[in-house]
Amino acid sequence: MKHVMSILAAFAIFGVVSCGGKEEKKEEKVTLRTQTTEKVETTSSAVSDVKPSERVDMSTKGIGPIKSLTLDETINQEMAAKGKEVYNVNCLACHKPDRRFIGPAPKGILERRTPEWIMNMILNPEEMVQKDPLAKELLMEFNGSPMANQNLTEEEARQILEYFRTL
Amino acid sequence: MKKTIQYLFSLVLIAGLVSCNNGDNQKKLRGQGGLATNAAERVYVAPGEHDEYYGFFSGGFSGQLGVYGLPSGRLLKVLPVFSQNPENGWGYTEETKPMLNTSFGFVPWDDSHHPDISQTDGVLDGRWIFINGNNTPRIARIGLETFKTEEIIEIPNSAGNHSSSFITENTEYVVAGTRFSIPVPQRDMSIKEYKGNFKGALTFISVDQETGRMAIKFQLMMPGFNYDLSHPGRDKSHGWFFFTTYNTEESHTLLEVNASQNDKDFIAAVNWKKIEEYVNNGGGKMTPTRYAHNVMDMDSHVATSTIIEEVLTVDPLDVPGAVFFLPTPKSPHGCDVDPTGEYIIGNGKLSADLTVHSFTKMLDAIENEKFDGEAYGIPILNFEDILAGVVKQPGLGPLHTEFDDKGNAYTTFFISSEVVKWKVGTWEVLDRQPVFYSVGHGMIPGGNSRKPFGKYFVAMNKITKDRYLPTGPELTHSAQLFDITGDKMELLLDFPTIGEPHYAAAIPAEIIKDKSKQFYRLSDNKHPHATLKSSDVRIERNGKEVHVYMTIIRSHFNPDNIEGIKVGDKVYFHVTNLEQDFDVPHGFATIGANNAEMLIMPGATETLVWEPKQVGVWPFYCTDFCSALHQEMQGYVRVSPADSNLPLSWSVGED
Repeated sequence: MKHVMSILAAFAIFGVVSCGGKEEKKEEKVTLRTQTTEKVETTSSAVSDVKPSERVDMSTKGIGPIKSLTLDETINQEMAAKGKEVYNVNCLACHKPDRRFIGPAPKGILERRTPEWIMNMILNPEEMVQKDPLAKELLMEFNGSPMANQNLTEEEARQILEYFRTL
Repeated sequence: MKKTIQYLFSLVLIAGLVSCNNGDNQKKLRGQGGLATNAAERVYVAPGEHDEYYGFFSGGFSGQLGVYGLPSGRLLKVLPVFSQNPENGWGYTEETKPMLNTSFGFVPWDDSHHPDISQTDGVLDGRWIFINGNNTPRIARIGLETFKTEEIIEIPNSAGNHSSSFITENTEYVVAGTRFSIPVPQRDMSIKEYKGNFKGALTFISVDQETGRMAIKFQLMMPGFNYDLSHPGRDKSHGWFFFTTYNTEESHTLLEVNASQNDKDFIAAVNWKKIEEYVNNGGGKMTPTRYAHNVMDMDSHVATSTIIEEVLTVDPLDVPGAVFFLPTPKSPHGCDVDPTGEYIIGNGKLSADLTVHSFTKMLDAIENEKFDGEAYGIPILNFEDILAGVVKQPGLGPLHTEFDDKGNAYTTFFISSEVVKWKVGTWEVLDRQPVFYSVGHGMIPGGNSRKPFGKYFVAMNKITKDRYLPTGPELTHSAQLFDITGDKMELLLDFPTIGEPHYAAAIPAEIIKDKSKQFYRLSDNKHPHATLKSSDVRIERNGKEVHVYMTIIRSHFNPDNIEGIKVGDKVYFHVTNLEQDFDVPHGFATIGANNAEMLIMPGATETLVWEPKQVGVWPFYCTDFCSALHQEMQGYVRVSPADSNLPLSWSVGED
């Protein structure tokens, strides 16, 4: 009899735990939504269902060494050409210029992200996917495949940014 | 005959004494160091913290070099040198196979013995570490930025490369002496004619100060003794090199008895500066031979092996005043020079005493020709005239001596299983500690240089027995770490070691750790089969040879679908790791490969050959857990029958 009791108790606990687990998961999802909604409210008027990769956020600068950057009106073609070279060696394996692959395509990125955010994502990807809300969501959208830190210099990242402007 | 009986009798006596000794020691002292003191604290390196020293322990019959942290005794890495290493593909990949080439062809194993770290002005500088392969005579140089074997040179006219690899105090030379004398040139002759006909080569290999590149400068062709260990002169004796000999009897059989007849063997003192001068002035004789020189190009990570067909030999009799014999009792093993360069210690392994020669007295004896005969024309100096002192009855079976920075010497005793500390100059025994069991070499960081770092002494023991949990008949070897900062040596730690460490070299971590490479720059990758851009990913067929130019990055292969391979093809996977970050290697393995896997470091290219034997669709995958999507990092190769007409095709991410 005692045995039966303890078994029952064990079941009861098990039940609680598994329910708890499910609830927690649900909560997480809800939290995520809330975050998204908040973000959208403060940044733009886009709809919350828009994928992180397609969302427009022209105010967040991200986390990293680049605090402020103003782009020239005209594209520096020489710099862009250098950027393309660096990009082809270090980035192309995961980022096709105009279609989604392992990661998002850079085409049109300057219409969706600030130049600072782009460069910080290149230069400081580990911290970005941990702390920057948008980068965190992007990591999930792209199956948890981490953005590799290719240890580029600021100059190289800047060149890549210039190349992105030509896409 | 009488002598032999006497000798055997005394051995039996010694054996009796020793076994009693051991028994007592075992019971009383097994836990010494651990319980009564704060030994644990002193070897504890907290999680995430670093050891104070890098310790490089020869891998003995593993052929490799073990890298340990001291004082923790933690194994940091097994560095492949002379033996194939399926763990990372060393000696299996196309790039590294030439490193193990010799005049005997591909030799995938050796017995690595004595590591020595490069020096400047007699002080460890941490540029390179050298180590010898004993079996098929070779010397390797390992870069201490890459921790990679960058060069291996074979030693011709040698056999049993034991008296190696020791370096002069500015790394001008790395020196290799032959343990087994052999006919030179090799020929078909009766073994019984050994005496007087075999030669012992002492090889001086110059080291380029910029690149570290080695080249045999000359070989000194000595009488056919066994050359056991060697040590360079230091400071005042810089310019000389000392080699212990045994089997001066020149016996060719049952050396156990027959090489122990002479009351004294020799330490050969070689004035290498004099010979260098002789050679630089055109001296010596170019002699036909064959040996391999293997170099890893550090821009492409591709090794090449070159067979060299001549070597410069020097007959010691042609350079008067360059070579002398120092009589030293009873088959000396270690030959150690103290940090001042004045004292040369002969560790006569069958002698009850330690013999110390004086460098000053040696020079005086040479100057005044205080000779006691000659051997094969080489003057033997008078024992009494060069003797600095004797450490009386310190123990049984002295093997090797290292030094601290306070004027003390530490000698290992194999037979009586102990380390004995004694004072250089007074020859007084200061302390003795038992070791478990039967110690070979000992090591103090920098303890064979002009500047020892006298904090720890490590005993490398030959017998392990009951020190660890038993693992069947085959046990790991065991090292023991002592604190030597006080008057008495204090045992702090036992730790297991790979293979059989014959010797070790250690260096303060701060000298090299910040120079350690984290990854290779793609922009520096000069590999002829590198794929540095996705647009260069391709497959090329040349008859039955197929070259796959593949890239990898977290977490996919490009290409990951390959068709058009046929049974009987020889497929070369040239895989470039496009990562540019610390600690992101990827592995490559494919089913049924008859070699190994390979690890590709970030920014590097490596090549594995696969010869598919069965029709089908076969997978390959990444072996080194690289990201959350590591388990997705895989691909397929379609293998068609040998007569198939299916063209080559490849893709990634296409439906």
